[in-house]
Amino acid sequence: MNTETTNKDFVFDIQKIKSDYPILQREIRGHKLVYLDSGASTQKPIEVINAHEEFFKTINSNIHRGLHTLAEESTNAYEKTRTHIAKFIGGVKTSEVIFTAGTTESINLVAYTWGEANISEGDEIVLTDMEHHANLVPWVMLAQRKNAVIKRIPITDDGRLDLTDIDKIITEKTKLVAVTHMSNVLGTLNPVKQLAEIAHKNGALILADGAQAVPHMPVDLLDLDVDFYAFSSHKMLGPTGVGVLFGKENILDKMPPFNMGGEMISEVSFDRITWAELPHKFEAGTPNIAGVVTFDAALTYLDEIGMDNVHTYETKLTAYTIDKLLQIDGLKIQGPNNAINRGGAVSFTDKDLHPHDISTYLDSKGIAIRAGHHCAQTLMKRMGTIATARASLYIYNDESDIDALFDALIAMRKYFGHE
Amino acid sequence: MSENLDDMYREIILDHYKAPRGKKPLDDKNVTSDGHNPSCGDELKMELKVDSKNNIADVHVNCKGCAISVASGSMLAEFIKGKSLEEVKKISEQIKKMLKGEESNITEDIGDLDSLKGVRQFPVRIKCALLAWVTLIEGVDKFEHGSKPDSFTVSTEDTD
Repeated sequence: MNTETTNKDFVFDIQKIKSDYPILQREIRGHKLVYLDSGASTQKPIEVINAHEEFFKTINSNIHRGLHTLAEESTNAYEKTRTHIAKFIGGVKTSEVIFTAGTTESINLVAYTWGEANISEGDEIVLTDMEHHANLVPWVMLAQRKNAVIKRIPITDDGRLDLTDIDKIITEKTKLVAVTHMSNVLGTLNPVKQLAEIAHKNGALILADGAQAVPHMPVDLLDLDVDFYAFSSHKMLGPTGVGVLFGKENILDKMPPFNMGGEMISEVSFDRITWAELPHKFEAGTPNIAGVVTFDAALTYLDEIGMDNVHTYETKLTAYTIDKLLQIDGLKIQGPNNAINRGGAVSFTDKDLHPHDISTYLDSKGIAIRAGHHCAQTLMKRMGTIATARASLYIYNDESDIDALFDALIAMRKYFGHE
Repeated sequence: MSENLDDMYREIILDHYKAPRGKKPLDDKNVTSDGHNPSCGDELKMELKVDSKNNIADVHVNCKGCAISVASGSMLAEFIKGKSLEEVKKISEQIKKMLKGEESNITEDIGDLDSLKGVRQFPVRIKCALLAWVTLIEGVDKFEHGSKPDSFTVSTEDTD
């Protein structure tokens, strides 16, 4: 593990951390906000908020073009984030880090460039039964365009991947395995390294959706040996509208560009156009410069805590959350019932109450959770439900937040007459 | 308890939710209509018995969904029984307007239905309350203009 994500000296002071987030002081419907929807988007510490403001106050300008001081400074700041990310995810090359608008765009980029060029009729794309629509719809649409075949790795009733028949699912016909690193609904942490080995043994590539993993644990892409990896800034304390696509250099080199325009070219005439070097080949047009620059402050904040510490803290809090929820009659956890190989997205259903009533009730107590199908309708079907309620944790949550959730859920059942 | 919450989940609404009216399926019906809000997963099945004078002789509503959609369906069942199709069409449009916060000209006493107004404070939940009414309008339309060959399911999410 690289040193950027490990900080042995950090003392986890939750009150200090909570005080870094101005929004946590807000009152919602007469109650202090209890934010348990970080799986959807995280809150921002003051360091990140200040960095955003500072960018516009001091170095705002376009990048990679101008020759003036501001252009140089903003370009440097933008590229500093790229270098930081390359270290943060295990020490990959900066040429392998592509900025996108978010995880969804990262995956679509691969589907429309690598996918269009490499998937043919009869080829197989392997997904899992727990994919977010972002890692499902692009592949299903690609398969439809190419007459390719979608195969699925099933899940067990407790929400783990069922690898019993994996040798029949990933075969020599497989061209791509696309799997979530951590499920946004079940919280399950998937064995991406093992799947990468199996994929490569069969001559296939593997893409992992890391939107829910990178924010919560040390991730070393060299160790996982994935070919593509996607994640978003806004789920890890940074601004919205910034995402990352990691791709192995030798693969990215052979891929055609995605968006065409400025910045992604080398030489342009009406007869012949050559592409820019990596990673710029995939970054046409003016990107979200302020967002990318601000993202660096979020990464620095996480470095100071240390991703090991983030993971250890969240695992403990996840265990506490599961333990509390299991004490409530009528409530069922949709996903693993323990904190082993699992993150802090905890979905649950109530045998009597619709998730939207649960969410509205909790909102009246100042508690923000997510309710719905979580962009995972195929998973909902597999679990035999239409929607779930989901509490998802981050470093600024503590047991008091979970206690508030617990008390509110007990009161809720009484309110709706299900004592 | 927060005032807002009690505005939406009024006692009348909770009462309808806990004991929905119109639960019994009809032996003799001449209209069926299905509604569905895919993102919530709410499903509503409606049966109507329209008599020879174009009055609603009986109604059955079976809603699998949240408290608001169930309560709204239950109130609908209670309210429209015995009313003429013309009255029902008129009131349905008025209720839709009331729920959406548009100007409505409800002059009659709508009883329990008035309590649905509280839903307006929770805009994302308005479509839950609308589901039964949209399903009713579709059912009446089918009755008056004949069933379409591919009977489709209505949703209140298309208009969001």
